[in-house]
Amino acid sequence: MKEELNTLEQTVLNDYKYGFVTDIDTDIVPKGINETLIRLIWAKKNEPDWMLDWRLKAYTQWQKMEEPKWPNVTYPAINYQDIIYYAAPKQKGQLKGLDELDPELRRTFEKLGISLDEQKRLSGVAVDVVMDSVSVATSFKKQLSEIGVIFCSMSEAIQQHPELVKKYLGSVVPMTDNYFAALNAAVFTDGSFCFIPKSVRCPMELSTYFRINAENSGQFERTLIIAEDDSYVSYLEGCTAPMRDENQLHAAVVELVALSKAEIKYSTVQNWYPGDKEGHGGIYNFVTKRGICIGEHSKISWTQVETGSAITWKYPSVILKGDGSIGEFYSIALTNNHQQADTGTKMIHLGKNTKSRIVSKGISAGYSNNSYRGLVRAGKGATNARNYSQCDSLLLGDKCGANTFPYIEVKNTTAVVEHEATTSKIGEDQLFYCKQRGIDTETAVALIVNGFAKEVMNQLPMEFAVEAQKLLAINLEGSVG
Amino acid sequence: MLSIKNIHAAIEGKQILNGINLEIKPGEVHAIMGPNGSGKSTLALVLAGREEYEITQGMVTFSGKDLLEMSPEDRAREGLFIAFQYPVEIPGVSTTNFIKTAVNEKRKYHGQEALDAVAFLKLMKEKMALVNMDQSLLSRSINEGFSGGEKKRNEIFQMAMLEPKLAILDETDSGLDIDALRVVAKGVNELRHKDRAILIITHYQRLLDYLQPDFVHVLYNGRIVRSGGKELALELEEKGYDFIKDEIGLTAGVQAGIN
Repeated sequence: MKEELNTLEQTVLNDYKYGFVTDIDTDIVPKGINETLIRLIWAKKNEPDWMLDWRLKAYTQWQKMEEPKWPNVTYPAINYQDIIYYAAPKQKGQLKGLDELDPELRRTFEKLGISLDEQKRLSGVAVDVVMDSVSVATSFKKQLSEIGVIFCSMSEAIQQHPELVKKYLGSVVPMTDNYFAALNAAVFTDGSFCFIPKSVRCPMELSTYFRINAENSGQFERTLIIAEDDSYVSYLEGCTAPMRDENQLHAAVVELVALSKAEIKYSTVQNWYPGDKEGHGGIYNFVTKRGICIGEHSKISWTQVETGSAITWKYPSVILKGDGSIGEFYSIALTNNHQQADTGTKMIHLGKNTKSRIVSKGISAGYSNNSYRGLVRAGKGATNARNYSQCDSLLLGDKCGANTFPYIEVKNTTAVVEHEATTSKIGEDQLFYCKQRGIDTETAVALIVNGFAKEVMNQLPMEFAVEAQKLLAINLEGSVG
Repeated sequence: MLSIKNIHAAIEGKQILNGINLEIKPGEVHAIMGPNGSGKSTLALVLAGREEYEITQGMVTFSGKDLLEMSPEDRAREGLFIAFQYPVEIPGVSTTNFIKTAVNEKRKYHGQEALDAVAFLKLMKEKMALVNMDQSLLSRSINEGFSGGEKKRNEIFQMAMLEPKLAILDETDSGLDIDALRVVAKGVNELRHKDRAILIITHYQRLLDYLQPDFVHVLYNGRIVRSGGKELALELEEKGYDFIKDEIGLTAGVQAGIN
């Protein structure tokens, strides 16, 4: 028994294959945050005056705020003066096309499985790649613009489409929303921008690939997606970072706006460096993601597969303002070794006949701690609002933890809220049963975990699902047996 | 096929098996009987390779190979099957998917290609009939919420699917009503084959009424103390285990001398 238990407790080094560093000339600003830094970022990005006002206002607010202490995670205090807020790979002026991209950068993304070569991409996925503080390339921009879809970096959107940015930036996640959102508003450097015009069904998946490369830097990006009446878009994001001993902060903000009958499907496969097996290093992933179904019968669906990061703190949420609008949240959060995750969602029902569905699957292994935290609120006007929540936890071994913190606030008597939760454990007996049938430990764990996560995996776009499934298996390698 | 020589095994320092010797040939059906705590289930788990048991002495060969050197999964792939006394529930993994994985892992081990969906379904249909396996159980998570009878039937169904060389039925009769027992026994009888050996571990005679073993062994204090034909089971049923204990008591001195 002893020996077998030890194998279950054994936490072997994860095979994190994205942990390399790209050797490229980087434009770096000195560490620390102050008004000078914000002016510097603003100047580097050649932004209009209103952006400076916006950033400075956010900075003033942020200084008055305190880091949230309520998440079920622990980490040493972050020294915000010890972070580099702007690091950009040096490029020779404005790129005319993707062919002009630095070959070293191109190789980096090829190594990560992201091809920037439009000809080679058969899958119909347009990609914006963000390295450290800036977007370095966006594919299929031209083809998309022909049907009126704007897909570009946030920096470019501020230059080219200021009226849209001005109207929607901060409209879903106000700069004062929370500590990290305020910080982001002050210092964000880039991100992706998507605009889907009325009645357009975006013909390809839009995606952003985030990469942290520079040492001691933080990544602060913003994504804004606007889907006009009757439009549809499916958006994907992926992320990786080098293996380093110190922690790096990633504080992003994502805002989604769905107008009447519009649908936004947002999928994330988060694979930031999780730290080593002793819990050293890794990304602090403190992210605010929120969408608003502003028009009637609109729909926003979040799907996330969270496997990386030392600490994950995020609650992709939906404000269901339009009557008959629908919000969905499908999540797989996997923690291994000493990873910590406090993640979930908020479904805010404001309109009549609004519906939401939450399916959360937490998988904990090693010494990790995995919490689901979710809020379902039905406001006074949310007549006939419906919510169904299902939160399942799977434990591998007996040194890890899983928690569920559901919050329900109902102010309308016609609203119906359902919550179901289960916890199960992969135990020695299950593994032995599998082995006695000729199924080795690794295959058995994959079988059990995939069975557990299937409902959420099914929500992912096909290619992503295959990737995500592999990722689950890789991240659990060595967690048992 | 299976040759157990002087096996001693302990768990957490406590000696459970004290020198078991047993030879099983292809086609034979053996039964091991014995009172509670005599080491019956331990023997099955030791053969299956459960790690918490420490083998302190002895050796086991299975089809000419050193069984104790093999991992539990390789023992299974070599054709050792245990129908468990308490089959484990695995939420989220359908019975079909589980068995398909098991069948294909075994095929891979023997250098065969994985069965495709059509061939697998055909094989399942055929074997389901053997144990009156209810189709609806196949899409459910394996053993989850199954009744006692369904669990045992599922074990025999897996045995049919995996076609083992040696099947060990560990107290397969426990917790079954008479109808369920009959169904399970019928399934096992269908799986009797000249190349397949079966080792039945049981406390009671009743399963043996249906399965008719060639040999019966009595296990007591981690040792086989009597072996005989099926009439031995009847004798035990009639006289109870106490008569064995008495007999052992009388010969204890002799036994100690032998060892």
